[in-house]
Amino acid sequence: MSARHALTVAVTGINARADNPGPGLAVARCLKESAHLDVRVVGLAYDAFDPGLYLPEWCDAAYLLPYPSAGEEAFMARLAELHETTAFDVLIPCLDAELPILARLAPWLEERGIVAMLPTVEQIRLRAKDRLADLAREAGIACPETKSLFREDFFHACSGEGWHWPLVVKGLFYDAKVAHGPAEAVAAFRRIAGEWGLPILAQQFSPGEEINLTGLGDGEGRLVGAVMMKKRALTDKGKAWAGISIHDTALLDAARRLVAATRWRGPLEVEVMRAADGTLSLIEINPRFPAWVYLSAGVGRNLPETLVRLALGETLAELPPAPAGTLFIRYALEAIVPLSDFDAVVTQGERG
Amino acid sequence: MSLKDHNEVDGMPPSRFPSAEILSMLAISNSGFVFDPVSGASYTVNASGLAILDLLRGGCAGVEEAVGKLGEAFDAPAGVLERDVIEFAARLRALFR
Repeated sequence: MSARHALTVAVTGINARADNPGPGLAVARCLKESAHLDVRVVGLAYDAFDPGLYLPEWCDAAYLLPYPSAGEEAFMARLAELHETTAFDVLIPCLDAELPILARLAPWLEERGIVAMLPTVEQIRLRAKDRLADLAREAGIACPETKSLFREDFFHACSGEGWHWPLVVKGLFYDAKVAHGPAEAVAAFRRIAGEWGLPILAQQFSPGEEINLTGLGDGEGRLVGAVMMKKRALTDKGKAWAGISIHDTALLDAARRLVAATRWRGPLEVEVMRAADGTLSLIEINPRFPAWVYLSAGVGRNLPETLVRLALGETLAELPPAPAGTLFIRYALEAIVPLSDFDAVVTQGERG
Repeated sequence: MSLKDHNEVDGMPPSRFPSAEILSMLAISNSGFVFDPVSGASYTVNASGLAILDLLRGGCAGVEEAVGKLGEAFDAPAGVLERDVIEFAARLRALFR
C-alpha cells in the first residue's frame, strides 16, 4: 500500500452540541480515519465552548475565529493569520452562514493558496430556501410552495390566499417549526426572527417521511458520491439522534438532477419528504456536509476524504452506491479540559 | 375471517402480495427482524410471519399455495392459516409499495 498523502485541513463548525451538532467534528473524524490521506486537522471555532477546541483526537490544533457577521475584515485577517501559522492546504467550511461569505471570498482564498471546494455565490443563491421551488422545477422535482416573509400578518390572512395548515415556519439559515394555526406560526416567526433575523419563510407542510442525502458535486454537473439516510430517532430540535443508511433510487436520481442543474461544486445535503405514494418533495438543500456525515465513513464512502481528494485535483470515478442498513446513534460525552487549555482558548484564541 | 373485509382494505384482491422484486430487497434475519433498505424502516415478525415471508421470497405466489405449505409447518386449521395469510398480505401491501 502506498504512503498516505500528508496534508493539513482546516474545518469549521466544530460546535458539536448534543441536541443540534454542527458538522465540523464529524468531518474531522472522517478525515482522521481516511485510508488515503494522512490529515492534520485544524479546527476553527467561534465560541470558547465549542467542544472541538478541546478534542485533540479529532482536531490536532484548534483556534477561535471572529464571527463573519462581526466584520468581514477581522474574519479575513484571522483566517490569513492562521493560514500563515498553520499552513492549511484545504479549508472545509461546515456552517450555512459562512458559505455565502466564503464563496464571495473565493478569489481571496485562492490568492493565498487556500484550496476550498466551494459552490459559487450563484449556486448558493439557487438553492436558497426562498428560491428552492424554481430550482426544483428545473430539476423536475416537486417542492412545497414557499413564501418569504418580513411581516407576521401573513399568517392571519394566508388561509384566504389558498394556503392550508399546517405550515412550516423557517429561518433563512437555521431553525424550522411546524405550526398548526396563526398563533403558533406568529410565535415561531417572532422566535426565529429574534434569533436568526428576517426574512422568515412560510412553507406548505409536506406530509410523509423525511429522508436525506449527502453528496458531493464536482462542479461539472456530476454527483461524485452520495450517502442516504432515514432518521430513526430525533432530538427536541428534530435533528437526527439515530439514523440508518438507506438506498432510494428516486432520491439519488433527484440529487443527480439537482447537481446537474446547478453544476454544484462541493458538499451538499438534500432533504426531501417521501409521501405514502412514494412521491418526493424537496424541502431543503444545505450547501455543506450534514452533522451525520460520519455515516459516510461508516458505510465505506468517506465523503469528506473524497472532497479533499477532489479539491486537490484528483480525478475520481463516481463512488459505488452505499450499502443500506448501517445504523448510527449519537451519544453525549464530557471532554475533560485542563484549566490551561481553557485559559489558552479564552485569552489567546487557540489550543495549539 | 372474511375475504370481503380484506378486499376493502385497499381495493386489491386479497391474495395479492407485494412483488417478489420488492420483497427480495428486504433484509430478513432468522430472528424475525425485517429491514426495508428503501424506507429505512424496520419491523419484527413472529414465526408464522417469517414463514410466510420465506415462502413469498421463495416464489410462492398465491394464498392457496401458502396456506398449504404453512399447514405442513404449523398445527393450525386451514381456515385460520388462510385468514392469517390474507391479513399479512394486506399488511405487507400497506408497508412495501
